[in-house]
Amino acid sequence: MKLLVPIKRVVDPYAKVRPLADGSGVDTTGAKFEINPFDEIAVEEAVRLKEKGIATEIVVVSVGGPQCEDQLRKALAIGADRAILIETDAVLDSPAVAALLSDVALAEAPGLILMGKQATDDDCNQVGQMLAAKLGWPQATFAAKVEITGNSAQVTREIDSGEQVVALPLPAVITTDLRLNEPRYVALPGIIKARSKPLEKRPATSVQSPKTSVSAVELPPTRPPGRRVGSVQELAAAIKERGAI
Amino acid sequence: MSKLLVIAFDATDAATSFGFAHALGLPFDVLQLTGLSVPSGAGTVTLANLGSIPPADGLAKALQPLVAGYSHIASPSSMGSKDVLAYLAGLLDTGMVTDAIGVVSPTEFKRPIYAGAMTATIKVNCDPIIITFRPGNFGKDAASANGNESTTSLNVTSQATILSESSKGSARPDLSQAAIVVSGGRPLKDAATFESVIGGFADALGAAVGATRAAVDAGIAANDLQVGQTGKVVAPNLYIAAGISGSTQHMAGIKDSKLIVAINTDTNAPIFDAADLGLVGDLFTVLPELQRELKQ
Ligand SMILES: Cc1cc2nc3c(=O)[nH]c(=O)nc-3n(C[C@H](O)[C@H](O)[C@H](O)COP(=O)(O)OP(=O)(O)OC[C@H]3O[C@@H](n4cnc5c(N)ncnc54)[C@H](O)[C@@H]3O)c2cc1C
Ligand SMILES: Nc1ncnc2c1ncn2[C@@H]1O[C@H](COP(=O)(O)O)[C@@H](O)[C@H]1O
Repeated sequence: MKLLVPIKRVVDPYAKVRPLADGSGVDTTGAKFEINPFDEIAVEEAVRLKEKGIATEIVVVSVGGPQCEDQLRKALAIGADRAILIETDAVLDSPAVAALLSDVALAEAPGLILMGKQATDDDCNQVGQMLAAKLGWPQATFAAKVEITGNSAQVTREIDSGEQVVALPLPAVITTDLRLNEPRYVALPGIIKARSKPLEKRPATSVQSPKTSVSAVELPPTRPPGRRVGSVQELAAAIKERGAI
Repeated sequence: MSKLLVIAFDATDAATSFGFAHALGLPFDVLQLTGLSVPSGAGTVTLANLGSIPPADGLAKALQPLVAGYSHIASPSSMGSKDVLAYLAGLLDTGMVTDAIGVVSPTEFKRPIYAGAMTATIKVNCDPIIITFRPGNFGKDAASANGNESTTSLNVTSQATILSESSKGSARPDLSQAAIVVSGGRPLKDAATFESVIGGFADALGAAVGATRAAVDAGIAANDLQVGQTGKVVAPNLYIAAGISGSTQHMAGIKDSKLIVAINTDTNAPIFDAADLGLVGDLFTVLPELQRELKQ
């Protein structure tokens, strides 16, 4: 079975980022970029499925500028077989990304799409579901465990009140939660080997005009500075004084 | 005409949507998927009488005819509402705003990005517009009596099948709505210690229990207790963080708390920068003492 794994290039989630001085967007100068952590988990899961003999080929795809090649190479180093870069410098919203990814899905005809539940930059949590809807496929979001048997997937997914186990006929879209696995460390030989794996670049043919766009970015209101207390008694008194209890 | 449809996934959704509906300033109806209707001040309340929420692919398809004619379709943010409404947005080929925390105008919303490190204003240029919003950021406006009430039968056929669901099995208050939340992190060691130290403190004060991702990953706490960027967002009157370093991802879920209290052995822990009250100390001695003091 072929697996398709969409990955997004995002600012390192541990980096400190600020709005641009004019508030028109996010200042990413000098920031380190990574594979969106949830997508790295999706790549790892795909590689494990290949190691188990369930997946035969792993195709990773990213939509964005030429810099996305770095993240695609990293995914190849983790163990993906082939990469596609859909190149565009357009500002993309979720429906536009889902439309471009669905074109790739129709052309590649994977048995399963594994991807992150959300991107840690926009925190949208939309593209996986929109892609599943466009393809008319079932979905399991927030996956914590994935088992494939024949033509179906059994997924343990996180829900508001705990966990749910669902069965999905394939093809389907599965989005990953942090608990699914811990991505492996990639050593140098893997990175070198990945340089010779195929990476195909194609321009995005037609990009939909955005349905949602960012018109301003600002810092959230800051809390007034807090107070250190010296003892439990002082803490309890301060909590009561603030009427919090 | 501009009109909002609130899709209520559970019994409390409709009541917690009134503040958002008011901020949006449009007339609104409620589609109650499970449970009975609760006073929400809505125009028409339609009961769908589902026993439980079916898989998203089938539910979103069944919702498609019912949402026709509405300019805005919204639900309180939850994993369940994001799962279904984003699929619905895909079917309708429309745009979506996740986790709205403010309404600038009916076509402009504020929402957190980068784990709450920044707030973005999103301009919407599509119809209908699908929204999930955080009720804690909107007023708790009093609800007036309902207008009309009707029922509909939703015929849902999903390709996915639910095989089982873990029951909540907790008598404790709901994390997203509790007045007091006490959360523990990695130093709680194991599940039994977490339950006795954090759980015991919570029960004494009638509080809900929360946890960090590190605690969930280590198997110390259940995953539905996770608070933060990728877990639940809380907005209690009192949030107590015990043995929590204060990562950006954790803070993303607690910013709207009225009073944040931090207990940490490390005087340089980042949580102290965000806390309203901080005590440097060992949670294993501080929490029992604090419990006694607060009960007095
Ligand atoms: C994409 C992504 C998403 C994430 N989403 C979330 C999320 O939603 N929620 C979340 O919480 N995390 C999330 N994380 C993880 C986050 O980055 C941190 O790793 C995590 O919050 C740390 O948890 P912690 O504070 O329990 O552990 P630590 O960072 O290890 O902190 C433990 C703290 O306890 C203190 N301590 C130790 N012993 C005691 C004692 N006896 N008494 C008092 N204090 C003590 C220590 O000084 C330390 O400050 C995410 C990470 C990523 C990459
Ligand atoms: N530009 C992109 N290229 C490839 N995949 C993407 C892109 N943007 C989003 N995705 C995928 O969609 C998921 C959810 O993103 P989002 O809806 O933006 O939170 C991500 O984890 C990625 O798997």
